[in-house]
Amino acid sequence: MTDSNELIRLSAAALAAKLAAGEVTSVEVTQAYLDRIAAVDGQVNAFLHVNAEEALAVAAEVDAIRAAGGAAADELHELAGVPIAVKDLIVTIGQPTTAGSKILEGWHSPYDATVIKKLRAAKMPILGKTNLDEFAMGSSTEHSAYGPTRNPWDLERIPGGSGGGSAAAVAAFEAPLALGTDTGGSIRQPGAVTGTVGVKPTYGAVSRYGAIAMASSLDQIGPVSRTVLDSALLQEVIGGHDPQDSTSLTDSFDNLVAAARTGNVEGMKIGIIKELHGEGYQAGVENRFNESLELLKAAGAEIVEVSCPNFKYALGAYYLIMPSEVSSNLAKFDGVRFGLRVLPKEGPMTIERVMGATRAAGFGDEVKRRVILGTYALSAGYYDAYYGSAQKVRTLIQRDFDAAFAQADVLISPTAPTTAFKLGEKLNDPLAMYLNDVATIPANMAGVPGLSLPGGLADEDGLPVGIQLLAPAREDARLYRVGAVLESLLEEKWGGPLLDRAPELQAPALDAANTVGGSN
Amino acid sequence: MSADTILSFEEAMEKYDPVLGFEVHVELNTKTKMFSSAPNVFGDDPNTNVNEVDLGLPGVLPVVNKAAVESSIKIGLALNCKIAESCRFARKNYFYPDTPKNFQTSQYDEPIAYDGYLDIELEDGTVFRVEIERAHMEEDAGKLTHMGGAAGRIQGADYSLVDYNRAGVPLVEIVTKPIEGAGSRAPELAKAYVAAVREIVKNLGVSDARMERGNVRCDANVSLRPHGQERFGIRSETKNVNSLRAVEHAVRFEIQRHAAVLDSGQPVIQETRHWHEDTRTTTSGRAKSDADDYRYFPEPDLVPVVASREWVEELRATLPEPPAARRKRLQADWGYSDLEFRDVVNAGVMDSIEETVAAGASASAARKWWMGEIVGRAKTADVDPADLGVSPQTIVELNGLVEEGKINNKMASQVLDGVLAGEGTPAEIVEKRGLAVVSDDGPLLEAIDAALAAQPDVAEKIRGGKVQAIGAIVGGVMKATRGQADAGRVRELILEKLGVEG
Repeated sequence: MTDSNELIRLSAAALAAKLAAGEVTSVEVTQAYLDRIAAVDGQVNAFLHVNAEEALAVAAEVDAIRAAGGAAADELHELAGVPIAVKDLIVTIGQPTTAGSKILEGWHSPYDATVIKKLRAAKMPILGKTNLDEFAMGSSTEHSAYGPTRNPWDLERIPGGSGGGSAAAVAAFEAPLALGTDTGGSIRQPGAVTGTVGVKPTYGAVSRYGAIAMASSLDQIGPVSRTVLDSALLQEVIGGHDPQDSTSLTDSFDNLVAAARTGNVEGMKIGIIKELHGEGYQAGVENRFNESLELLKAAGAEIVEVSCPNFKYALGAYYLIMPSEVSSNLAKFDGVRFGLRVLPKEGPMTIERVMGATRAAGFGDEVKRRVILGTYALSAGYYDAYYGSAQKVRTLIQRDFDAAFAQADVLISPTAPTTAFKLGEKLNDPLAMYLNDVATIPANMAGVPGLSLPGGLADEDGLPVGIQLLAPAREDARLYRVGAVLESLLEEKWGGPLLDRAPELQAPALDAANTVGGSN
Repeated sequence: MSADTILSFEEAMEKYDPVLGFEVHVELNTKTKMFSSAPNVFGDDPNTNVNEVDLGLPGVLPVVNKAAVESSIKIGLALNCKIAESCRFARKNYFYPDTPKNFQTSQYDEPIAYDGYLDIELEDGTVFRVEIERAHMEEDAGKLTHMGGAAGRIQGADYSLVDYNRAGVPLVEIVTKPIEGAGSRAPELAKAYVAAVREIVKNLGVSDARMERGNVRCDANVSLRPHGQERFGIRSETKNVNSLRAVEHAVRFEIQRHAAVLDSGQPVIQETRHWHEDTRTTTSGRAKSDADDYRYFPEPDLVPVVASREWVEELRATLPEPPAARRKRLQADWGYSDLEFRDVVNAGVMDSIEETVAAGASASAARKWWMGEIVGRAKTADVDPADLGVSPQTIVELNGLVEEGKINNKMASQVLDGVLAGEGTPAEIVEKRGLAVVSDDGPLLEAIDAALAAQPDVAEKIRGGKVQAIGAIVGGVMKATRGQADAGRVRELILEKLGVEG
């Protein structure tokens, strides 16, 4: 038997191997993670809900099947018994789903998201639901109605967002794997600032059914993990065509694990995007980025420079398309059928006023900001100038990608311009907050896949830097192939995983939440 | 609500030229809803035919019902429309509790069918072409019931109940271009147009087409302009006029109301109007202006609907004969007069007669049976003639028995009663009830002798050449044989007996 502190630091692939070999049981693994959550989540606040009972029951079921042997044991999925955390934007039977919002406080979905059905089919114990910016709107998880998540590298800093809960849970060894959603960088940017791996698959590679929509044309569910291989394993579990999602692709994405296992970059062309580094990027980020380029070059890749001149419009166009879709997608939260209902304090009790009072009380400032922005952008007389123009920019970004991929097999950039900033630092400056996603948004606008992996620590602050890889649509395998190579080269250089350098989280002798600033 | 002043229809027509426009919503009878797998069934307990998609729960996504697209294309083709090779859905955003997502998934600038027409035949045979602007797909809303307060309206209600069974039912909205030149026939045209659309969708089998259930709903737009003016007047839109008669009345009323408004020098207000069947008037609804902003944008959760030319042609090949053309053909085939045919159509037995003729009866016999025997019984039983329980085969058999002289018409009527009472086939009933015509001349001759002896003066008259007096003797014989004699044969035998030429 392995010590539980060692157990929780294993990769999902390593855990799966130990489970298959009978060296450890799923109940032991799951309990180890539940113990870790109990020990450190008071400080990290990665989880909004812990699903101990169900997780242990699923673990016990897997253990029983394995113990019985035979065909049922042989048919177990490779990740069966490996626990996972789920971003609380994805609906689950048996656990609350809040989307990080007061408007859904206490709401239980009567149905499972398609990805949840797939996790259940693979018999992966679900540890619980992770924190996020309200309705996935934010880059710091500070917009959660349930308090911010803290970065395990420095509890005074943000874990990124919107999926800060999933990234922090994985970084703090509270889960080996997690699900995230990425609309403009919500998987990749938290991955970057927490020293973890996060992947936004090709748009349509993973069903969105059951992911509470933020911006339908941009949203994508993807894996969060500590290694590139683990993300590949998880994407293969959750991916595939879903007849309940009309935008889901019929292509098969079953070559991802193989790509991660046989990583090789010799002869590959890797394109640096001129517009996505340099000015506006922290020096330490830039240094780690250049270091990765040198490593890839040494491994036989050819580094080329490509230009994507329209990327400079991506952020602006994104902040028209995304809020437009938000304004419509969030209209259903009105207090009529589910969730919070607030009655007006005075005046006539009409349905409009109940809807208004409910939305006023139930939505936070950032959500309201985007709903108002989107409502305006779609209004008659403004549609062409805003939504219409933004869609044209989207086409130009897609063309930039097409041209770039004619010159390079994959593209590379820093994932985020800076390392993790302090809680509260950008909370009152929405535009500064939006700039965190400048490098991740183009992939969502074009529907192409992107992966972020740890690139080391910035010299000036000792905090993790993320390296982003981008591939053409449907070529997710390339990300895993190149990502696995870069990961192994970097770990060789570091002498082990980057997370080994993260400060040890202490079981709470003192309540960290009371000693750090920035929360409200 | 103050009553509107109106002008007489004749005066209105003298002064103004009406322009009409119709939006007809057709509920499709697909098994499942437009974007979900929930059943599309009318009349079940509230909120039972719903799933998470219909309720607009967090996280759900729509999936387009292919059968609904197919029905929509058929409707488009039947309306002589072009079918878009590719078209998208759009979101029409507005907050209302009957719309679970607070937007309706509809089509905006890319309807599946566009640029068609329908030739409408009025009562006197005049044919009027109505141009179709578009037919687009969308989803129905739920049904609100406002409790307390007046008139079942949301204003002033204590509370409202909502049934989402109807939410997501597939709809096709058929929009006409402005209809000019109808003049005083505008109300009649309005009724005939909606009737034609209803008949077409019923004939296609894509809708149950029952207006009383809201399967076909009409919004009628009316505007007036002075004779000779090109520019259209300001229109009103009378919502949810849900019977053919009401469509005619609503258009007539709005023409009269607009005329009075214009006569008083006031502008017509662009607004929706509510139709009141009891008073046959409309009242002001919601002010509608171009400022209504539904913030349409392409539905990002759905990919475009692609209708390949091959598919469209396949569907076109399956279209049934258009109802108007079919009526023309059947009338000519059957040789009915205009009046006879109209009675048949109005009695609702055209299809039954067609089936009866196909089963082997002559057109005149089929009409005689359906119009003479079945329609009346159906009326008494308060069912559609076709649903009374008489099959075309029964009629053919019954008619054959009469033509062969095995039974007479009076007996046939009794046999029909027997069929409806479930006693068996006509032949079985004739057997069981002992209804066969007496064709053995022996008993007949005895009865004739008795009848002639009983009425010697009548016998004398016949001998004297007054053959029309024979009825009294035939009657006597029929009475004596309890109606089981063949009256024709009785007549022949009497004349023979008396040595008179018939």
